[in-house]
Amino acid sequence: MSTVELRNVSRWYGNVVAVNDITMTIGPGVTGLLGPNGAGKSTVLHLIAGFLAPSRGEVTVGGAASWRNPGIYRTVGLVPERDSVYAFLTGEEFVRDTATLHQLADPAGAARRAIAIADMADAQGRRISTYSKGMRQRIKVAAALVHDPQVLLLDEPFNGMDPRQRLHMMDLLIKLGAEGRTILLSSHILEEVEQLADTIQVIVSGRLAASGDFRAIRRLMTSRPHVFLVRSSDDRRLGSALIGRPAVTGVELTGGGLQVRASDFGAFSRELAGLARDQDIRLRELLPEDESLESVFAYLVES
Amino acid sequence: MDGAFNKVIASITLRAVFGRKRALLFAVPPLILILITVVLKAARPPGTPWPGRILGDFGFSVVLSLTALIIGTSVLGAEIDEGSIVHLLATPVRRSSVIVTKFVIGAVLTMAFVAVPELVAGLIATGGFTRLAVGLFVGALAGSVVYNAVFVMLSVLTTRAIAVGLLYVLIWEVVLGNFVSGARLLSVEQYALGVANSIAHYGALNAGLTLTTALIMGVIVTVVTLVFATRRLSEFSLKGDAV
Repeated sequence: MSTVELRNVSRWYGNVVAVNDITMTIGPGVTGLLGPNGAGKSTVLHLIAGFLAPSRGEVTVGGAASWRNPGIYRTVGLVPERDSVYAFLTGEEFVRDTATLHQLADPAGAARRAIAIADMADAQGRRISTYSKGMRQRIKVAAALVHDPQVLLLDEPFNGMDPRQRLHMMDLLIKLGAEGRTILLSSHILEEVEQLADTIQVIVSGRLAASGDFRAIRRLMTSRPHVFLVRSSDDRRLGSALIGRPAVTGVELTGGGLQVRASDFGAFSRELAGLARDQDIRLRELLPEDESLESVFAYLVES
Repeated sequence: MDGAFNKVIASITLRAVFGRKRALLFAVPPLILILITVVLKAARPPGTPWPGRILGDFGFSVVLSLTALIIGTSVLGAEIDEGSIVHLLATPVRRSSVIVTKFVIGAVLTMAFVAVPELVAGLIATGGFTRLAVGLFVGALAGSVVYNAVFVMLSVLTTRAIAVGLLYVLIWEVVLGNFVSGARLLSVEQYALGVANSIAHYGALNAGLTLTTALIMGVIVTVVTLVFATRRLSEFSLKGDAV
């Protein structure tokens, strides 16, 4: 019930192609939808949420087509990016009205629970017009969660949130993902996505550039050398030993240690320990320097 | 909740409509109508046909249509423009229910802001519950219904519903509906005048349709526009990001 599928989906506006032949399956857990501005992230989210018709292909949620099918909202919660809520309602009224529209048996109870999850209980009696941007985001999350959906779609959910609110939102999304829900969020804040997403879908110029675990994606990008920071008992000697290995393409002695560029991730990882032992050098630290989501993302966008 | 009329949507709509400054405009055309009626009543001798011209022609072609335009586009169009409609549509609520509820609220508000003032103006003009006063009241009730169906549909069709609606009122209702006989069959003002005249039997009302024709056409236009509006709302799209 919680699988989102796009099969050969394209969406164009006149001559402009926003999404080009994307096929992806998004299952339970947290998935980050990444891409530069205008890459097609929002278009993909709107297609999944049933607020945009695919020009070609098929979009399904739990096996049911999402376009022109209000029934999907029984299992889908949507947190749109646009900051337009019914500002004249209190937070509690907004969430309770949403629960009533979902025809829940106990709208007030469901609203109470969702507001507590979004940590908005203290402000629930105030009109939404008095809320900060971050509070509006959270009350939208509460409304999207009020019917306990299996699929939660969030368009830039961290916009306008202060650091404490971001941490709370990240914890909440991780918890919801761990419960077996399908959480799909678009974000340009890579740091957050890196910490909470199990998998990523990278969209560049309307196409799906990469899909899966971002560390695994990085390892598959064999055309780019992997960068490591190595700290040892004798960095200079280790550096001269490493530069003779075929898997190593460059070595630089920096203030913080030895920066090593390796063309073959696997070979370098295997050889380093043996080499250090042969040279009687003690390895203190080995850090991959470009396995962050940011560097993977930068590589994908550049390529 | 399963019926066509949804109380939650109605409540949100009423609070949204009266929370905007635009709501102040609802009362302006009816006030002008009553003011003109009071002035003419004081200035003109009884027996002249001015009540038909003012309450019928001016009342239906200008006051009724403009007030219905402001109200009919407020009940749904403003939510679409602001984007808040997404929160309503991201629920399994039937789209026909959204349209019917918005339409009913718009029609009832228009009745309150136009049909009731028409009755008051009719009472002032004719000095009591005359056939003309009652006819104008009932005609305005009918006009409120059909006009709101048209303007709710316009709200879903275009983001410039007020501008398009204004052009429609001025060109179709005021000019063509009154001067081109064939256009009367598709003129909401003429439906309202046809209903009013079936009670008032007042020649100066300028009614060009019989009651039967007015009712049949009014029902057809109302149903067709509401069905079309529902279809369009079912295809409501959010703008994505173009490459």
